[in-house]
Amino acid sequence: MGAIRLEKVKKTFGTLDVIPGVDLDINDGEFVVFVGPSGCGKSTLLRLIAGLEDVTDGKILINGTDVANEAPAKRGLSMVFQSYALYPHMTVYNNIAFGLKMAGESKDVIDEKVQSAAKILNLTDYLERRPGALSGGQRQRVAIGRAIVRNPAAFLFDEPLSNLDAALRVNMRLEITGLHQELKTTMIYVTHDQVEAMTMADKIVVLQAGRVEQVGKPMDLYSNPANKFVAGFIGSPKMNFLGGDIAAKHDCHEIGVRPEHLAVSTDGGEIAATVKIAEHLGAETYLHVEADGLGPMTVRATGEVDLGENDRIFLTPEQDRIHRFDQHGLTLSGA
Amino acid sequence: MSTRASTLTGRIMSAPSIIVLFLWMAVPLGMTIYFSFLRYNLLSPGMEEWIGTLNYEFFLTDPAFFASLANTLLLVGSVLIITVVGGILLGLMLDQPIFGRGILRLLVIAPFFIMPTVNALVWKNLLMDPVSGMFAWIASLFGLPAIDWFTNAPLTSIIIMVSWQWLPFAVLILLTALQSLDRDQKEAAQMDGAGPVSIFFYITLPHLSRAITVVVLIETIFLLTVFAEIFVTTGGGPGLATTNIAFLVYTQALLQFDVGGASAGGIVAVVLANIVAIFLIRLIGKNLDN
Repeated sequence: MGAIRLEKVKKTFGTLDVIPGVDLDINDGEFVVFVGPSGCGKSTLLRLIAGLEDVTDGKILINGTDVANEAPAKRGLSMVFQSYALYPHMTVYNNIAFGLKMAGESKDVIDEKVQSAAKILNLTDYLERRPGALSGGQRQRVAIGRAIVRNPAAFLFDEPLSNLDAALRVNMRLEITGLHQELKTTMIYVTHDQVEAMTMADKIVVLQAGRVEQVGKPMDLYSNPANKFVAGFIGSPKMNFLGGDIAAKHDCHEIGVRPEHLAVSTDGGEIAATVKIAEHLGAETYLHVEADGLGPMTVRATGEVDLGENDRIFLTPEQDRIHRFDQHGLTLSGA
Repeated sequence: MSTRASTLTGRIMSAPSIIVLFLWMAVPLGMTIYFSFLRYNLLSPGMEEWIGTLNYEFFLTDPAFFASLANTLLLVGSVLIITVVGGILLGLMLDQPIFGRGILRLLVIAPFFIMPTVNALVWKNLLMDPVSGMFAWIASLFGLPAIDWFTNAPLTSIIIMVSWQWLPFAVLILLTALQSLDRDQKEAAQMDGAGPVSIFFYITLPHLSRAITVVVLIETIFLLTVFAEIFVTTGGGPGLATTNIAFLVYTQALLQFDVGGASAGGIVAVVLANIVAIFLIRLIGKNLDN
């Protein structure tokens, strides 16, 4: 059981308001991802929940009890650090067992729990090794094992995949998602990578400058971003923002069109553009173009497209996929 | 530096310094070994003759040898314990974000820059003197009799002085090691429910093991040959109470003018130092691996 509720959680370092006041509800068993650019306060928010930083003001409720002034260990949470933070002089077994040992569990209970965690994470053959003798992915798994055995109310992940190479990252992403489905424990996951957020989350919390910009399911954020920041942050390649005449035509300050919602034609269309760079990925092609009077845009075309530098093309946005923003960057309803 | 020519050049260019260094070590050692087999007393010049191992027999069966061996081990052991334990505690304190930390660190390091003779004189005349010393004054404040340190607790006095001199070194090395401890590890331990004491014994102390090894090895090398502090204060006495091996060799050579006996003593000291070194490296040197 791990329902977490933040009420007006505030954090200031000196005169700097890192988190001006966050309200958030995390349901039991949910996989929540905090995402935002670096320095947006997402790690600080996680550390506040963990108890590694003191809150300046506000309440942190875990299953209904305020733990804002409790020691980290008393909150029943466990955390996986970006650097893994394994204890280098202990074997994998002792690393995983450390929390249980501190909790004063008997040797038999510790052994049973460590063995079962090792089995879940495929670490059984490595239990007698030291962290120094493991690969990056294995260390990551040990860190997760250390978190699992304590049977926490919720797992906290602080950018756990950023030290891994691209291929391993995809694997670990799947493993963590699988683990969540198996354990059904609440997980809070911090990342700056919107791909991780989109693929893993039940619920995404987009943060900027310590403020929650939007909370929602991945596809909700993708389809109905609340403002220009969320629209630009979620989705890859980034959304194109167009002002001027074309925005006026849609009766707003600026419109946003995702690269995948632009139809490409060589004969005619709404926007005329010149191709600058074409990135051929096989399954899709990214065209970086210079639109006449609108500036640079990105277009995502499916399949192989026979276009190259200086080709003239025409782009037509899908009308019901156009996002409209007012001068403050807020989304205007209705297309 | 990988072609045959460059490797050869490297060897030729570094050869002179290596040869000089080798001679620097080998000639005095060879001469000492040679002298140790001679009857060679400065009071009877020109009477040198080969006497085999008699100098060694004489030195090793001298009751002063065993007394000074015990003193040496006691001195080295005590100072090591005091500096390592004190160094860890001071290091932990200086690692905290306390007010005036920069100045405090400087003050803690300062004793290391004071030469041993001056150190000993300061302790002898300003602090431990039973009449005009500061300790005597403090004792008088409480109405206690002054302690005559060098008469009543001579070896303890030496240990205190040498520890004071070497504590900064230990603090310096251990503080650097403490600062390199990953903050995440402490936080992970905190999440695992470890209190400050558990964090110290399970996380901090193992992290320090390598630095402690370095402190113990380096200090042992220098502490085996402590001389100035003894020479300036107690002169090895009362009796043999503060005579260590280095000081015993000195009395043989320069007070009894027995160069042969002193050489034998020097060689014995070299052998003992090597035994200690092998023992130490076996015991804790494996910490330096990996």
